[in-house]
Amino acid sequence: MASLHLQQFATHHVGPLGLSVAAAECVCVEGASGSGKTLLLRAIADLDPHRGEARCDDAVCSAMPAPAWRRAVALVAAESQWWSELVGDHFADGVDADWLARLDLPAAAMSWQVARCSTGERQRLALLRTLMQAPAVLLLDEPTGNLDEQNTRRVESLLADYRLQRQAALLWVSHDKGQIGRVAQRHFVLDQGQLHECGRR
Amino acid sequence: MNVVSLSPFDLALAALLILALAGLSWRLRIGSERQLLISAARSTVQLVLIGLVLKLLFAHAHPLWVGLLAAVMLAVAGREVMVRQKRRFVGGWGFAVGTLSMFVSSFAVTVLALLLVIGNDPWYAPQYAIPLLGMILGNTMNGISLGLDRLTQDAAEKRQIIESRLALGQDARRAIADSRREAIRVGMIPIVNAMSAAGIVSLPGMMTGQILAGTPPVEAVKYQILVMFLIAAGTGFGTMVAVSFAARRLFDERQRLRLDRLRPPQA
Repeated sequence: MASLHLQQFATHHVGPLGLSVAAAECVCVEGASGSGKTLLLRAIADLDPHRGEARCDDAVCSAMPAPAWRRAVALVAAESQWWSELVGDHFADGVDADWLARLDLPAAAMSWQVARCSTGERQRLALLRTLMQAPAVLLLDEPTGNLDEQNTRRVESLLADYRLQRQAALLWVSHDKGQIGRVAQRHFVLDQGQLHECGRR
Repeated sequence: MNVVSLSPFDLALAALLILALAGLSWRLRIGSERQLLISAARSTVQLVLIGLVLKLLFAHAHPLWVGLLAAVMLAVAGREVMVRQKRRFVGGWGFAVGTLSMFVSSFAVTVLALLLVIGNDPWYAPQYAIPLLGMILGNTMNGISLGLDRLTQDAAEKRQIIESRLALGQDARRAIADSRREAIRVGMIPIVNAMSAAGIVSLPGMMTGQILAGTPPVEAVKYQILVMFLIAAGTGFGTMVAVSFAARRLFDERQRLRLDRLRPPQA
């Protein structure tokens, strides 16, 4: 059960803006490239300096140790990054076999070499890596950017179940109108550093 | 002691070699002749000057003068570490990171050696203090500049990886651990190589100098071993301090990677 709140939140050329994502809600953000979607997510994860305040339920970002905040409010970057030889090295607490299967990955994926995985496999694995830490809020930067139609749907369905079961708040950057229609309860366009809501569904 | 005193003519002969090398570089359009001649001239002037300074200092062994010379040596070494960085910290930190670490390690090791190992009276006798400090400082400087250069380069190259690790909730120390370890290892390569090759591949310069100046080889060897260990300790501790200090400075109080604290590489 977690909601995300931004107040007078500003970073680089984005904001100041306000936004609330309720528990179990998915909010999508789209915008031209360079409009600052990634910058906004990075600042919410407290990876970039920012003004204003972010809250996760009643927990204020600046009052929490940064690593604890980032485990609760987890950013999944558009390009997945790996620092160790084997996929499994990046999963300290193991992996949920059911989730692996739902993203069409075999159990043996944990013993794969990262260098031999395709971009799409890496993107799905990186998402699982973050989900395994059970974040309360997910900041997703084009989580299906490198995936084909079928895998895109698999990721969408897994994220929808995660959101409902854990009552997690999702802030999802996407370019795909069809996807926004499928996953978002509300949806905004980021333009000139401000969020403009595109009508409730 | 039968020191063969060198005449200016002897040195001029050696200088001819440098001129010949510069001439060849010019002829083959390698383009290093200018640098070569300037650095040769620089080293001549600097060495003559330090010779005169040491002569004066040996005559008036006051701790204040010894301290002053040591401070000048430290400042020059600190500047050298700073300008050799491809991406150095902006502002005063660029100078401070290397200089403070060198101060901590080189001075501590030198003072320790003077007090406990050599035990001369007075302990700051410049005949011992200045050459020892010089050798330790010179090597520590190399280790620290290699280590810092590697750390900042690595952090810049692996920015996305480090930030991914932060995004997964790792603390700054853990996120930079690989780069930090690698930088310390790189900083210690020269001294480890020097110790392994000493006596087989190379006769260390200090020992060679002592032997040429008439010291019995076994005495010279004992001093060389002492100096090697001191240099290794100074370099190792100095590199660890500098790299750890810099690795901290790469992150702010919210454990964000702050590459804007580094100056972009100059073309």
